[in-house]
Amino acid sequence: MVRIVLRRLTQLSVTLIALMTLVFFWLRSLPGGPVDALLGERATPQTRETLTRALGYDKPIWVQYGRFVENVVTGDFGNSIRTGEPVTAVIGRAFPATVELAIAAIIVAVGLGIPLGYLAARYRGRLLDNATIVVTLIGISIPIFFLGYLLKDWLTQDIHVFPPSGRISTGADNTDVTGFFVLDGLLTRELDASADALWHLVLPALTLATIPLAIIVRITRASVLDVLDEDYIRTADAKGLRDATIRRRHVLRNALLPVVTTIGLQTGALLAGAVLTEKVYNWGGLGTVITDSISGSRDYPVLQALILLAAVVFIVVNLLVDLSYAVIDPRVRVP
Amino acid sequence: MSRTGGITTLSDHKRRRIDELTARTSTAAGVSLIRDAGRRLRRDPAAIVGAAIILLFLIIAIFAPLVAPHDPVQRFPELTRDLTVDSVPGASAGHPLGSDPLGRDFASRMIYGARQTLFVGVLATLIGLLFGVLLGAVAGAVGGWVDVVIMRITDVMLALPSLLLAITLVALARQSTQWTVIVAVAVVNVPIFARLLRGSMLAQRESDHVLAARALGVKRHDIVTRHMLPNSLTAVIVQATLTFAVAILDAAALSFLGLGDPDINRAEWGLMLGVDGVRYLEVRPELAYYPAIAIVLVALGFTLLGESMRAALDPKNRR
Repeated sequence: MVRIVLRRLTQLSVTLIALMTLVFFWLRSLPGGPVDALLGERATPQTRETLTRALGYDKPIWVQYGRFVENVVTGDFGNSIRTGEPVTAVIGRAFPATVELAIAAIIVAVGLGIPLGYLAARYRGRLLDNATIVVTLIGISIPIFFLGYLLKDWLTQDIHVFPPSGRISTGADNTDVTGFFVLDGLLTRELDASADALWHLVLPALTLATIPLAIIVRITRASVLDVLDEDYIRTADAKGLRDATIRRRHVLRNALLPVVTTIGLQTGALLAGAVLTEKVYNWGGLGTVITDSISGSRDYPVLQALILLAAVVFIVVNLLVDLSYAVIDPRVRVP
Repeated sequence: MSRTGGITTLSDHKRRRIDELTARTSTAAGVSLIRDAGRRLRRDPAAIVGAAIILLFLIIAIFAPLVAPHDPVQRFPELTRDLTVDSVPGASAGHPLGSDPLGRDFASRMIYGARQTLFVGVLATLIGLLFGVLLGAVAGAVGGWVDVVIMRITDVMLALPSLLLAITLVALARQSTQWTVIVAVAVVNVPIFARLLRGSMLAQRESDHVLAARALGVKRHDIVTRHMLPNSLTAVIVQATLTFAVAILDAAALSFLGLGDPDINRAEWGLMLGVDGVRYLEVRPELAYYPAIAIVLVALGFTLLGESMRAALDPKNRR
């Protein structure tokens, strides 16, 4: 167990160092170099000169690289070009919003996906199964920003069920503790604020959940069908165990392993989907930060930090997924 | 528990084991697997539906000038003259689907859109395939530290969500063009193809026919190009079919984020949906519905065909 963790951590640091190097050269390969990218096109030669010296771009490349690594390790990503704030502040403010949205989407995708996939496999070839296959195929094929607008149009304009955008109603009496609005309401006993935030979360979470949901349904279905063919299921049946017991103990538990892997791999898709979903619902999380930093002149310091953050999140989540195997599947525990 | 409600019967089980065994022994002759897969594909309704959809759109794309009633960039000022701000002309004589906000015939733009959309999707897929196959083949054939370096690079690329990687690449260019979008979407797919091909090459390095060729003294270059590559390509072709669907969706997403082709004359579904479609959704939802339905259909067609091909080529499914 310890050995697995250590090996994965080594791999993780190698990948991160490689990524850091790529990002370093990415900024330098921009048209006009990093100084132009930071100042925009209207900069005077003097300001350009000053910034070049201030940022150390007149030094040799390996000195620059060393400084870059030092800054990244100490969490100093410079200031946003757009707002002038430190990049860490911009991202720190938006991070909880996206995490809250992503967790809600994962809950929807797993909560609906596993039962649906299981039922589709159990009633294989029947109406429910065929309908599930068709709907999940469309779910993968539909541009999710369009689906987001459709839901928004139907459920907030035609019938006023859900709020059209934002994370909480304007004028709602909420106290910011952790940045997770639903959790904050529970912590401060402002339950109405919690409910309001939850209500705002429904449509964005559904939109963002579409693709992971479709994929989890399909993987669960395929995995359950595979397990049903295994020898040990026949053995269990021959022993005279009740069907319900076989389903719960033998089928579902064994079918879940590939599903867990898939959930980990979907983190990347969630981050990408968040960019689109947050734009549709004006959510104000990391996706909004990305959209803002690419519209018009590009906000490179922010983009650079976001790229590294996205990679770290993805790698860490998948590391956790790998480790969770040891809990779910005893066979993995044996080295 | 199985289809019949009880457990899979023993005779079923035995038959499947034998099938598996024959499948495994006959896989060595690659041609028969492909011929067999082709036979199963022709009987698979999903594959037929998928291929039919693709064929239909392909025909529309090729014969667009003959099918379309108008030039997709021609503006009809009489359609937009009497309109208030923020409204879009509806259907009228000669313009069955109405026009877009600039007074261009929408039906014609949809038809020419098939051309542009397939062009972006096919090119993005092919470029990604080409570089992915090159990298994967080198990694799989050479091995050693070359393999390690290439695989580390793909690891890094895969650690980023595909859309974010595409955004990063587009951000490299000050001004986006159609080619920026194509290249960005293509690069995202390179690591996937590279890993896939490498895996399949590695599996073959130890296979009997490669060992036999080596024992006969065939040169390494010839073993790679004549024996290993052709046998690895089926998996890549299946993946390419599936990638195509993702490529159009990614291109549409980039358009929606304002990173798409800035050419206002370009009739491409992703642009039509991501820019005007979303903006005029409440006034004239058709501007979004038509390109969205077209995108869903094409993506669906390629997904259906790709998954059927994968199932047909899987030796486990041989009968």
